[in-house]
Amino acid sequence: MSPQQTLETGTAVRAPENLTMAAALNAAIRDAMVDDPTVVLFGEDVGPLGGVFRVTDGLYAEFGETRVSDSPLAEAGIVGTAIGMAMYGLRPVVEMQFDAFSYPAFQQIVSHVAKMRNRTRGKIALPIVIRIPYAGDIGGVEHHSDSSEAYWTATPGLTVVSPSNPADAYSMLREAITSDDPVIFMEPKSRYWSKAELTLPVQTEPLNRAAVLREGTDVTLIAYGPTVKTALATAEQAEAEGLSIEVIDLRSLSPFDDETVGGSVRKTGRAAIVHEAAQFGGYGAEVAARLTERNFFYLAAPILRITGFDIPYPSPKLEEYFLPTPDRILAALSTWEWS
Amino acid sequence: MSLKVESTPQSAVLAPPPLRLIDDLGTAVAENESGGFTLPAIETLLGLYRQMVVARRFDVQVTALTRQGRLATYPSALGQEACEIAAVAALSPQDWLFPTYRDSIALLTRGVEPKDILASFRGDWHSGYDYQQHRIAPQATPLATQALHAVGLATASKLKRDDTVALTLLGDGATSEGDAHEAFNFAAVWQAPVVFVVQNNQFAISVPLDKQMACRTIADKAIGYGMPGYYVDGNDVAAMYAVVSAAMDRARSGGGPTLIEGLTYRIEAHTNSDDPTRYRKSADVDLWRRRDPIERLEKYLVAQGALTEEVRAEITAAAEELATATRDCMTEQAVIDPLELFEHVYSTPRTALAEQRAFLAAELDGDAAASADVTEESTR
Repeated sequence: MSPQQTLETGTAVRAPENLTMAAALNAAIRDAMVDDPTVVLFGEDVGPLGGVFRVTDGLYAEFGETRVSDSPLAEAGIVGTAIGMAMYGLRPVVEMQFDAFSYPAFQQIVSHVAKMRNRTRGKIALPIVIRIPYAGDIGGVEHHSDSSEAYWTATPGLTVVSPSNPADAYSMLREAITSDDPVIFMEPKSRYWSKAELTLPVQTEPLNRAAVLREGTDVTLIAYGPTVKTALATAEQAEAEGLSIEVIDLRSLSPFDDETVGGSVRKTGRAAIVHEAAQFGGYGAEVAARLTERNFFYLAAPILRITGFDIPYPSPKLEEYFLPTPDRILAALSTWEWS
Repeated sequence: MSLKVESTPQSAVLAPPPLRLIDDLGTAVAENESGGFTLPAIETLLGLYRQMVVARRFDVQVTALTRQGRLATYPSALGQEACEIAAVAALSPQDWLFPTYRDSIALLTRGVEPKDILASFRGDWHSGYDYQQHRIAPQATPLATQALHAVGLATASKLKRDDTVALTLLGDGATSEGDAHEAFNFAAVWQAPVVFVVQNNQFAISVPLDKQMACRTIADKAIGYGMPGYYVDGNDVAAMYAVVSAAMDRARSGGGPTLIEGLTYRIEAHTNSDDPTRYRKSADVDLWRRRDPIERLEKYLVAQGALTEEVRAEITAAAEELATATRDCMTEQAVIDPLELFEHVYSTPRTALAEQRAFLAAELDGDAAASADVTEESTR
């Protein structure tokens, strides 16, 4: 699904490996640090432990305390100090250990990370990557499964992306680290252990583009991060029932790839968006409104949102009732009038 | 004999007297009372005096312009000149300053042009100055957030083995913010070359310090973070300069951060939209007017024979020249380009923003066409 090109970097091409998304992310950070001595990494437990999801495994040993360090347990402090480092010519890659742990950093991200370039009329750039493991489906205890993407996508000045597979994880993180803009890099926790055969360094579509993962003619099913797998399973199931679903992995939530998604919707005439986050005011609302405004006369039916319910993320024993499933998606699609 | 400071006890344990090198009456304190700090050389003090006089003239001028409605707002630092000027004077050219909205005279003293300082207060883009050239971060409006930026920059300097030190200015109210705590803690843990100068002007808009904290002094908090803390008479520029300079030297030589509290007073209102008579007594303001940082140093310099009438006249002339330049810059109208709204949000153009830019451009063209129509109509 992704072109296997070589990155324009000094990274040597390696033998094909079967890598998890966590390992691909690890390789991306490592290769970026080898390529660019200004890349530094810090956050909670990212040092000797290698992060609670082991995404930074081995980096402390390889690059040492100067470039990889455990920070005090304070997210505003992590993002705030990253801002100062970026102002002094470094490219910090920082980790918010879990989605809901990023909220103490909200002010630093929204008031400074997002606005610095604008309020200085372009004189100060902040090339910072803020990695946020997000979403549920891992049996996490409370505050460990939030889908916080709409807070960030509602904030001008931020680039918000989310990979759904190991190849994109590597390629998108490499590109995010070289970006002169701050990037909120949202990693779907439930996909950390998904595997793919990769020849690193792999380069997939550009960071700001969506990808059509499966072509179809009847419905455009839009997903990102953790729900891409759900969308692909839905398409598989639908095919057996004679319904052809085109699956789009947004990859980039901000900017939104109007060209790719709009093109698909104009082709199929029907669209639905799937995400884990609650529906009201969620990211899907923007997608539905935007696609409708721009493609109304191509649409045969209203755009649907199949999302988490408008409740706080539930406890582990209840999350299966909360998360969108292929059955729930197909049931939603069947509410359309098909003629 | 000295003017007694009337203050309400802020905790069960009274604050100790702040460190000072020149007392209220303009007399140098005895060596055994100077906390191990040396009175700066007379030429240094004369330079600080000059900078304080010029800065005050600027501050008074801008407050006057604001009262005339020529600026949207201006947070004055009248009475706080010793803290502001000492902090800037202690910087080396390679050092970075992280100021707040109240620290315009610090920017002025570091060489930023009045028109560039006043840009945002006049309602234009945030600031006109070159941050890299002056090594001054944008003035921060959210409280204490810039302290973390200073710690980050200082840490980057340390990682690069540079000798750049960061200094950040904070207010007493800002020390209640979580970001201040995180900045103090990160700085101490990472041994960052950073100096925190807290101007304790005793009020956060209207809220007095005893409603911000229950400990004796802000400087005491340094102990909890594992860094040195100094409680200094913030109206004694000699003491502030000596303490900040020592902290900068220590930071530069790998000794880590320092927290310095300058006890001072905000003579003016918080901003032009504030009414301080609602929360403080005029007797208190009068008392602090009598503790003026400029007058104190002036008495000392006169007694030392260092401030001749000639020098005084020269400083006054420089201050008046700056005031004139400040008034003059107000007549320059900034060129406003509405389409610049979209220019600085991202490093690379976004399609969606290009569409919105085109929308605004068309709207502006429409307005221009409409007004042209009106003109044509009226001349017909």
